[in-house]
Amino acid sequence: MTLDRRSFIKMIGGASTAALAGCAGAPAVSSGAAAELMPKSSGRRVVVVGGGYGGTIAARYVRMLDASIEVVLIERNKEYVSCPFSNYYLGGLIKDLSPLTIGYDKLAANHGIKMVYAEVTGIDPAAKVVTTNSGTLTYDRLILSPGIDFRNEEIEGYTEEASHVMPHAWKAGPQTIALRKQLLDMRDGGNVIISMPLVPYRCPPGPYERTCMIAHYLKQHKPKSKLFLLDANPDVVAKKPLFMKAWNTYYKDIVSYVPAKKVTKVDAATKTLFVEGIEDHKADVVNFIPPQRAGHIAVAAGLVGEDKKWCPVNATTFESTLHKGIHVIGDASIAGAMPKSGYSANSEAKVCATNVVALMNGKETVELSGINVCYSAINDHESISVAGVYKVADGKIIGVPNSGGISPVDFSQTKLEHIYAESWLKNILTEMST
Amino acid sequence: MTMKWSQWALVAGALAIPAMVNAMPPTPAMLSNACAGCHGVHGASAGPSMPSLSNQSKVAIVEAMKKFKSGERPSTVMGRLAKGYSDADFEAMGEFFAKQKIHFTQQTLDAAKVAKGAALQEKNCQRCHLEDGKEGKDDSPVMASQWLPYMQIQMDQYLSGKRKMPEKMAEKVKPLSKEELDALLHFYASVKK
Ligand SMILES: Cc1cc2nc3c(=O)[nH]c(=O)nc-3n(C[C@H](O)[C@H](O)[C@H](O)COP(=O)(O)OP(=O)(O)OC[C@H]3O[C@@H](n4cnc5c(N)ncnc54)[C@H](O)[C@@H]3O)c2cc1C
Ligand code: HEC
Ligand code: HEC
Repeated sequence: MTLDRRSFIKMIGGASTAALAGCAGAPAVSSGAAAELMPKSSGRRVVVVGGGYGGTIAARYVRMLDASIEVVLIERNKEYVSCPFSNYYLGGLIKDLSPLTIGYDKLAANHGIKMVYAEVTGIDPAAKVVTTNSGTLTYDRLILSPGIDFRNEEIEGYTEEASHVMPHAWKAGPQTIALRKQLLDMRDGGNVIISMPLVPYRCPPGPYERTCMIAHYLKQHKPKSKLFLLDANPDVVAKKPLFMKAWNTYYKDIVSYVPAKKVTKVDAATKTLFVEGIEDHKADVVNFIPPQRAGHIAVAAGLVGEDKKWCPVNATTFESTLHKGIHVIGDASIAGAMPKSGYSANSEAKVCATNVVALMNGKETVELSGINVCYSAINDHESISVAGVYKVADGKIIGVPNSGGISPVDFSQTKLEHIYAESWLKNILTEMST
Repeated sequence: MTMKWSQWALVAGALAIPAMVNAMPPTPAMLSNACAGCHGVHGASAGPSMPSLSNQSKVAIVEAMKKFKSGERPSTVMGRLAKGYSDADFEAMGEFFAKQKIHFTQQTLDAAKVAKGAALQEKNCQRCHLEDGKEGKDDSPVMASQWLPYMQIQMDQYLSGKRKMPEKMAEKVKPLSKEELDALLHFYASVKK
């Protein structure tokens, strides 16, 4: 169920006012509290929630595949800042976040997508109504790509305030800028800690790339400083031989990799992390990346599975196995072997859009064929990658056997990959914003 | 006998989502759309180093994919990706990209080099890279309006021997200076309409 008891009561309370306001045509239950934002223009409507790596592409491809379907994209922010390449900013490879920032005007104009800038606060799967802080919207099918939120409650002492003192920078924007500023302000000889959660979390290679990028900055500007990566996992979980080699080759005197350090408590006042009640670690700059789950709205709408974290979906349509008519893509979904990455979200969005359009037209659905590639920079002129091709077998998404894998460990391709990585960003952001 | 919980879940799942059973195998568009994150929508690359695939000749794509897969053609990432597909998939993707309209790129190019290349191409390259590079012939790729940095990387790989040059192309390329070759690539990058 989507609404907790309090908001339900609030809604009932608001019902009479709404009735007076003459909320004509609005469906039952959820329409009570807020007016319908945008009555359906045509027969059929897809609502997409979240204008990030998954949502923009889903909205675009539904329109590209069938322009007779009305598409409304709901996003809380007017601008989106890409997490991919935000580590470049921490390393000083780019001066600001402007190359990573996109708006929605061109996308909306080019494809006839209707933008609604609002916070989605509830979903009623039975009535097919989305509630936002500025009104409600009805849908025939809903595509949700809300990304992640943090499991703050699992970390003792971790509050909103603590996240400003020890920025996670795991959603790009002000958090990334705050972390960069702390690094710039730190004295030479100061210590930095990156603390990362157990799998699964957004972007498996992300914390390791960040280690390279921050170490790259320290090596140039604060050579007496040290960087400790406290990994909750027992070992490096992505591109291990490549990252190990990068740390040993370029950052031997700076980086210490410390596995199996699961942080369970923090003290923001002293920038201290506590590891399962046995030890504590303090530093001048602490980048604490908390454990994660699907974006709050997916939890509120009852779309997360038994783990209470991620959304189980059909491997072909990405339709929730818990609520019909709602499709979940990107980080929030359980997409089998496909990792939680921007490229995966992009690829899943196209599969989902194809099948949403097929279902709405009573056509046969099409099996998934997906790709993921994640580039990681290891310094200012070399990058490494992991690649995968995915298909469906026995109702599950699996990697195609004997395909994909990581860059050669001899680093023979790193310079070329650094060049191609920049074009990857250009192409994928262009696809999202035009 | 009582059913285990997991078995019940399976039965319920199958009833709830019949679509899964009916899904048809990946279509050419399904296969090819996954490439767009790098190569651009329908293969129209926003550049500057990722090659456009839109309007590329089908044979050139199929041949490139087979050579990436076998390792005959060097690559950073395409070899790892090509291993995930069959020859039939390559045909489907080749056809998909070949029928997309050509993507004219906006590149800043040195006009003097473009002019120099234009004068050289007819005698040296046109036999295979037809119509100012707008048409492919057999496995010769379309190069009109292709991104310059991409073609420069490829030419470097040919000259260093990492990528094997077709013999007849080598006959034409070998006598030319580096400057002349670069001028030729500038010319192809500049082709519009
Ligand atoms: C440091 C870092 C580096 C990374 N590097 C790479 C990389 O190199 N390559 C790669 O492929 N991936 C990378 N990733 C992973 C990538 O960022 C994510 O996997 C991707 O963003 C997931 O897309 P998504 O659509 O699921 O979520 P997002 O892109 O986060 O989009 C979610 C959107 O939904 C909106 N939203 C959420 N809830 C609501 C609501 N209730 N109402 C309205 N709007 C809402 C949000 O504002 C947001 O715009 C990286 C991640 C990090 C943190
Ligand atoms: C991660 C980015 C990425 C993805 C995804 C990707 N490519 Fe590529 N592609 C490249 C790069 C980089 C090159 C240059 C060769 C290399 O270094 O791998 C290339 C080269 C090619 C070429 C040769 C073009 C020419 O003119 O010589 C073809 C054909 C091609 N890709 C097809 C595909 C197809 C088909 C797909 C989808 C199945 C795909 N690519 C997915 C990055 C990508
Ligand atoms: C005899 C035919 C022939 C001639 C002549 C020829 N080429 Fe080619 N060219 C090919 C073929 C075939 C390929 C693709 C082969 C491969 O797999 O490497 C190719 C590929 C290329 C590529 C790589 C493009 C890509 O998308 O990967 C470049 C660049 C190129 N040629 C430039 C030239 C230039 C410049 C000339 C003239 C000096 C020339 N070629 C003359 C047949 C020819």
